[in-house]
Amino acid sequence: MIGVIQFPGSCDERDAVAAVERVGEGRLVWHEETDLSGLDGVVVPGGFSYGDYLRAGAIARFSPAMEAVARFAAEGGPVLGICNGFQVLCEAGLLPGALLPNEGLRFICRQVQLVAEDFTGPFGGSIESGQRLSIPVKHMSGRYFAPDEDLDQLESEGRIAFRYAPGENPNGSVRDIAGVINEAGNVIGLMPHPEHAVDPLTGSDDGLVLFRALAGAQQAATA
Amino acid sequence: MKAKVLIRPKEGILDPQGKAVERALPALGFEGVHDVRVGRLVELETDDPSKLDDLCEKLLANPLIEDFEVELEQ
Repeated sequence: MIGVIQFPGSCDERDAVAAVERVGEGRLVWHEETDLSGLDGVVVPGGFSYGDYLRAGAIARFSPAMEAVARFAAEGGPVLGICNGFQVLCEAGLLPGALLPNEGLRFICRQVQLVAEDFTGPFGGSIESGQRLSIPVKHMSGRYFAPDEDLDQLESEGRIAFRYAPGENPNGSVRDIAGVINEAGNVIGLMPHPEHAVDPLTGSDDGLVLFRALAGAQQAATA
Repeated sequence: MKAKVLIRPKEGILDPQGKAVERALPALGFEGVHDVRVGRLVELETDDPSKLDDLCEKLLANPLIEDFEVELEQ
């Protein structure tokens, strides 16, 4: 069972549950829930948690559910953060870096091409290095940033998960970074929305690979 | 005690908001204005000013991308 966290202000949680249900079972987890036992994986979805006041994701990290997610992640549970969920995971210190307002200051909503990097861990095993994915972005604050020395370290440790394909960087992210993973490899976050790319009817089903990876991570963890 | 917390983007971090403001100024006849950076001012009242720095690092500012200054009002 995959849990999808629902904050006040989330807006992609139902799409995330629908995406999860293409590969397994999913349910919503209200932001006041602290018992994640019985969950095999967690999605922190997109939206505008707590209005995104102060900074995107800054307030959501203090919610009871996020404290439970931090414990879940520390125990090796697989966690996928999407868009606002990625911002929340960065603010919570579960992923490195921060997301700044887009370079062009505009809200961007369009399909982008991603390239998967060579990364390890439960997610990396399910996604081929160099694989191109067509997945939409829709965000105002998606400019990934981390200091140069941190980026060098992330690159040397194989912790960049996805980059925007050459010429596709929509927001000014440093080194075209679209998604990163944590040191243990069980927490991944990205700005593009794989849950909006799970059916050819809406342009692409390339996003399914991430939900299969999440389901696979759970199987690997219980095997 | 009243306090003001000034939060600004760290030096070297692109501030597109500041750039947009800077580019708008000449059109309004304000020439010669450079290096505009837009930050945030938080006003608050606290019973324990000794906790302000911790509070700023944990919530009001993100130390990775922002600097902050605390000013206490006597």
